[in-house]
Amino acid sequence: MMEHIRTPKVENVRLIDRTAPRKAMVGTLYLSATHTIFVENNPETRRETWVLHSMVASVERPPTTPSGSHLVVHTKNFQVVQLLIPQERDAMDVQASLARLSRPEKYSELYCLSINPNANKEEREESWSFLDLQADYRRMGVPNNLWVSTPANSEYRVCDTYPSELFVPKSATPPVIVGSSKFRSRGRLPVLTYFHQDTLAAICRCSQPLSGFSARSQEDEQMLEAIMKSNPGSDYIYVVDTRPKLNAMANRAAGKGYENEDHYANIKLQFIGIENIHVMRNSQQKISDVGELKTPSMGDFLWGLESSGWLKHIKAVLDAGVFIAKAVAEEGISVVVHCSDGWDRTAQACSVASVLLEPYYRTMKGLMLLIERDWVSFGHKFSHRYNHLEGDPKEVSPVIDQFLECVWQLSEQFPCAFEFNERFLVQLHRHVYSCQYGNFLGNSQKERRDMGLRERTHSLWPQLWKDRAQYANPLYRADHTQTQGILRPNTTPYCFK
Amino acid sequence: MFLCSHFILTQPVTFLVKHQQRCQEMEFAELIKTPRVDGVVLRRPFLPTVEGTLCLTGHHLILSSRQDNTEELWLLHANIDAIEKRFVGSLGTIIVKCKDLRVIQLDIPGMEECLNIASSIEVLSTLDSVSLMYPFFYRPMFQVIEDGWKSFLPEDAFKDLESMTEEWRLSDVNKDYSVCSSYPPLVAVPKDVDDDTLRKAAAFRHGGRFPVLSYYHKKNGMVMMRSGQPLTGTNGRRCKEDEKLINATLRAGKRGYIIDTRTVSVAQQAKARGGGFESEANYPQWRRIHKAIERSSILQESLIKLVEACNDQSHSMDRWLSKLEASNWQTHVKEILTTACLAAQCIDREGASVLVHGTEGTDSTLQVTSLAQIILDPACRTIQGFQALVEREWLQAGHPFQQRCSQSAYSNSKPRCEAPVFLLFLDCVWQILRQFPCSFQFSQHFLVLLFEHTYASQFGTFMGNSASERSKLNLSQKTVSLWSWVNRPQEVERLSNPLYEANCLVIWPSVAPQSLLLWEGVFLRWKRSSRCLDEAYDEMVHIIQYNNKELQNKVNNLRRQLAQLETEEPLLQTP
Repeated sequence: MMEHIRTPKVENVRLIDRTAPRKAMVGTLYLSATHTIFVENNPETRRETWVLHSMVASVERPPTTPSGSHLVVHTKNFQVVQLLIPQERDAMDVQASLARLSRPEKYSELYCLSINPNANKEEREESWSFLDLQADYRRMGVPNNLWVSTPANSEYRVCDTYPSELFVPKSATPPVIVGSSKFRSRGRLPVLTYFHQDTLAAICRCSQPLSGFSARSQEDEQMLEAIMKSNPGSDYIYVVDTRPKLNAMANRAAGKGYENEDHYANIKLQFIGIENIHVMRNSQQKISDVGELKTPSMGDFLWGLESSGWLKHIKAVLDAGVFIAKAVAEEGISVVVHCSDGWDRTAQACSVASVLLEPYYRTMKGLMLLIERDWVSFGHKFSHRYNHLEGDPKEVSPVIDQFLECVWQLSEQFPCAFEFNERFLVQLHRHVYSCQYGNFLGNSQKERRDMGLRERTHSLWPQLWKDRAQYANPLYRADHTQTQGILRPNTTPYCFK
Repeated sequence: MFLCSHFILTQPVTFLVKHQQRCQEMEFAELIKTPRVDGVVLRRPFLPTVEGTLCLTGHHLILSSRQDNTEELWLLHANIDAIEKRFVGSLGTIIVKCKDLRVIQLDIPGMEECLNIASSIEVLSTLDSVSLMYPFFYRPMFQVIEDGWKSFLPEDAFKDLESMTEEWRLSDVNKDYSVCSSYPPLVAVPKDVDDDTLRKAAAFRHGGRFPVLSYYHKKNGMVMMRSGQPLTGTNGRRCKEDEKLINATLRAGKRGYIIDTRTVSVAQQAKARGGGFESEANYPQWRRIHKAIERSSILQESLIKLVEACNDQSHSMDRWLSKLEASNWQTHVKEILTTACLAAQCIDREGASVLVHGTEGTDSTLQVTSLAQIILDPACRTIQGFQALVEREWLQAGHPFQQRCSQSAYSNSKPRCEAPVFLLFLDCVWQILRQFPCSFQFSQHFLVLLFEHTYASQFGTFMGNSASERSKLNLSQKTVSLWSWVNRPQEVERLSNPLYEANCLVIWPSVAPQSLLLWEGVFLRWKRSSRCLDEAYDEMVHIIQYNNKELQNKVNNLRRQLAQLETEEPLLQTP
């Protein structure tokens, strides 16, 4: 990366405090292969400001003023760093360098892959064994006499965006598994993600069926039937399509769509209406614009908040989770969740439901496991969504941001229910973008394996665990009533902040 | 009112009956057509439905289940803002909408009974006669340790001022309320200005409200004054005495700021009605700044819209946000806080004295002067200090509580002078409290309690519209002060903020829209259960108590060790 640095050092730079523009720090700006570093001149304090290149979202250079050129750096976690550089030439160099440094073209340019993997070999290997997904399935009581592990996806044969180990109904035969996978977008067949031991109801996830206007698949129908039969207490299942019904219908023209209730016995189809990644991307853009307004009136702010639609979308995601959790815990009915590809809205809905249903997922380790399962292992496209590499801007969308915000909204309603505090969520959010650790690189388990990330990078989880004291919620007690059982949040609009 | 209901409830039922009889013997008997109905079903937020006997007394609506005292309802008629009747067959339903924004439902068997009860409630909750109000009938069932009527006398407040400066004096020019009917008998004015000058300045100010001292900033000796608008009229009338009075507060060569809470155009229009503002020509040592705090009728409209938005649970997110915006409530909060910050900034940062006024000087003016003091003066952030502030800047300063608070958000009758001016002040205090959670000795419970008592109360504190009216009603003799109730140790503890750590600094709240939230404690109080939040609060108190105990143990241990070392030391020194 060093070759992209046009100027490694600029002196007499001012770092401007946005809230008090008159109080600027004077210092030296350094560009390294990984960070932009500002060191204050004042010999007593020598305050340092570090910005990781991969966190940089944009660098703007407003017109040059007599006192120099301004650079406004926006980061992906919504920080704004404003610099005043005396020489326009230097400012242009810094801007050009940062533009390139913050948009790596190859994974190998990323911070976590730029370090010597064998410097702390043991620590590295240990870091990856910190979480054990299979142990979490066992904690749920899986496998059991209803749900079994299938080798069908070893070497990612039926679905290259799924994990290699999948849990399916005991009665689902290999032909059913393969047939069902062929009838689903990108082979993402219905598999288990959460099992509720109290009611024996399960949450399964998949992508949309390739039903078009009339196509059907006997195996896929048998698969859903098998899921229903895996819950001895019920005679039907919910199929939750998290998309708006219109979108789902439009997909039929492309040979996709949703389950025809006439073809599938004993299913109840439910549309939730979470919008797609493009709507969400625009919504986030709008709401961060509102935050950028110079001196907004209350009306500007509320109007901006409303027209961004952000809280409406958060409510939709939470409502999806509430519907699923209720079905599983209160009605004892299993739920099959999908959207289009089943890696964005489906991940949101399933993981919110898990947080509502299972106290364990409200602990630090539990939330890590949940993210590892519903997001990382099930092929949420982290590198595309969070713009890890220079790529298609239409693939970028704040999907996991919304999940983290849902968890935050819940923690506001149930202040004693979560082991972690807001800082933990903020830190998670940061690392989804930072690429300091290997966890969120790539777009699927297979990609990560092919890149050999476990051999070349460290895992984030033990690091967070080591710092757990600063992420602890002091109000959390494992024996508190809010910590027990399922959470029933109020999703009336005025409950959102 | 429900706040005192918990001790009334501990009284046996026979007491209720006696109480009821006593009231009926009085003036109310003819207003109560049906004093009691059996088999009434009560539905209210967050509590199980109960069936019992409904009793109407002169001042209360009571529902007694006769089984478990905890399920009873004691509701002051004065707390009822509006009622609605519905009938299904012979079963009548009365929806009671309270001034504290709670809505309860009574199902009453029998159409005639229901109609009678409804019409009685309507009459009893809108009695105009002050002498029939509950505070005159209420006898405290707690021991008054300190008479609240004597807790915050202007003389005592002035003693504090005297210890800081000699530039001010207490004038009794208004001792018979003849100079200004809405001022108290004693006001603080510059020492060099005599009473005659005050009288002339009063004639030049709206309502006779000549500039008086509101706050003295100890740090730099700057002051905040308040008044009514100057009566310049269209001819640009001037008054030398008024100019002299306010110039007397300026240090040599210093300029002051006049904060007019109205926009320039509103202030201009006021000239046509005899009002106006201080012109640069006549007040060259003052810089005038106009801000935009809305008039009271607009505030009342906002309150009605906001409560309506909060009550409709079927809203989509878009509709809720647009209704919240359309109510403009949060805009008022922002405007008021911004203006208060401006006043505080002039005093603390610019080192200048400030005069605040709007039109009458009894509403927006008081919001600004009292909030500026919360920002500047740590004493106002204590429980006692806040009471003193309310007493000084609202009650003594002549905010017309009775007129402003006779109707709340549900009332169907045409608003006259009603406006949530004080509620907005409390909302602003809550916003600052939320931003500085450790700097206030009280919790939001105190603010909610004040909100309730301004609209309906067994105490006389917020009756009347001015010191003069309160003195005519002889409230200090005939009623109990709210402060007598609040300042008992158990109540002080209930209202205390466990996170409080005295902060002697000026606190600057953020007035950015995203920093200002809807005050859930008032507006969503009856809409969503606060159980989980209450549990979190208890948990926090518990942790703090535990930590304090641990620390105390540590201190004790160290003391013991120290004592031990001290006794051992001579031994060590001996060879």
